[in-house]
Amino acid sequence: MVIAAIAIARIHDLFAVVMLTGIFSLLGAAAYVVMDAVDVAFTEAAVGAGASTVLMLGTLALTTSKERPAPAKNVISALIVVVFTGVVLIYGTLDMPIYGDPMAPIHHHVADHYLGKSSAEVGLPNVVTSVLASYRSYDTLGETFVIFTAAAGVLAILGQSRLPRRHHDQEDSEKGMVSSPEKSKGAST
Amino acid sequence: MEQFPGLIPYWVIMVLMMMGLYIVIAHGNLIKKIVGLNVFQVSVFLLYITMAKVEGGTAPILAEGIKLYSNPLPHVLILTAIVVGVATTALGLALVVRIHNAYGTIEDEEIDKLEDQT
Amino acid sequence: MRQKIILRVISKFLIPYILLFALYVQWHGDFGPGGGFQAGVIFAAGFILYAIIFGVATAREVLSATTTRVLLVIGVLLYSGVGVAGILLGGNYLDYNVLADTPIGGQHVGIILVEFGVGITVAASVITIFCTFAGRRPEEHEEEYGEN
Repeated sequence: MVIAAIAIARIHDLFAVVMLTGIFSLLGAAAYVVMDAVDVAFTEAAVGAGASTVLMLGTLALTTSKERPAPAKNVISALIVVVFTGVVLIYGTLDMPIYGDPMAPIHHHVADHYLGKSSAEVGLPNVVTSVLASYRSYDTLGETFVIFTAAAGVLAILGQSRLPRRHHDQEDSEKGMVSSPEKSKGAST
Repeated sequence: MEQFPGLIPYWVIMVLMMMGLYIVIAHGNLIKKIVGLNVFQVSVFLLYITMAKVEGGTAPILAEGIKLYSNPLPHVLILTAIVVGVATTALGLALVVRIHNAYGTIEDEEIDKLEDQT
Repeated sequence: MRQKIILRVISKFLIPYILLFALYVQWHGDFGPGGGFQAGVIFAAGFILYAIIFGVATAREVLSATTTRVLLVIGVLLYSGVGVAGILLGGNYLDYNVLADTPIGGQHVGIILVEFGVGITVAASVITIFCTFAGRRPEEHEEEYGEN
């Protein structure tokens, strides 16, 4: 994964970068499986490697696929910031419980309740599903609304494809675009 | 430092995270910046999942004869975060497309130059 | 991409199985890995594959823009509606225990409905986002995506 990330940072052909992002996501999914998070791995493989790669390719087709190299002063200041932040973060990890420690505080707050009681209270073998849909239902409701809002936002920003093309100059169509998709969406509900 | 080997997974994640941050800061191309944000995002997800792992535990799907499971709570949080992440990425990409329509470029500096001229 | 015969045949063969797998993931999420989020994305992926191979216009004949927008709203409303149903039946908002005779049965009904709402929303929003990207014609570039 680190190698893929280095390649993403170095390559200037955006098409290759997007493909590498897909590979990066798949490697991430494999890492999730290793760490027992099968549901998460499933989602990452479908979303990260599938949907988001397709969306990025769509954007590349609409814009451009070449990148200009970053100016040197940017690189130096970025490196300074990154190294500093990284050192601080690694210093922070020194206080963390070691990897896989069953006595870590994270495992003894509510997780015991979920693992021990959920089969009696909810009755589903997959604890992830029962926490997602039952114990933390409000969270999931909120996330669903976020996704809904994001789709509505993309429609508001880009979605004038259904309307007849306007032949005014750029500024005019910009003003018309913001209001018209919302109108059409309101009509469809 | 006796816990040194147990912390290596966190350090790898920190390195990944900093690479995402580096891409966001150093590159002027807006699509590259979004890719950098994605790298950062995945590393944050990995951090959560790493914390959820229990040595010797299995995936949190209840079955006969298994006593030790990994912590399901971070899995739930990250599961929803991934899907929300792709939705917000799509929103960002949509903005990039609009910026490209308005300015004809997706390089940060060129946009600044065009702004200064007007 | 309509003239690539291998792509057309293989994708025609694969798409029903992708959609079927999405439904399996949707309804089997209680017992194995899976659930609304994954099922929605897999369903949308099957649809996007169809749209890439046969063109967005053809795909839009299957699911029109209005349909996906309505589905987007239905998914969210189904989720919130389950919560309101909990109130009407005498519980709290999103309290599933009152939805059926036994608490366990109620939980099961509630979870399946909620996951279905999530699945519909996610599938509809990913399809909507993809189609708005792909349906937009590049203005000054000759490459076209999805339409050819």
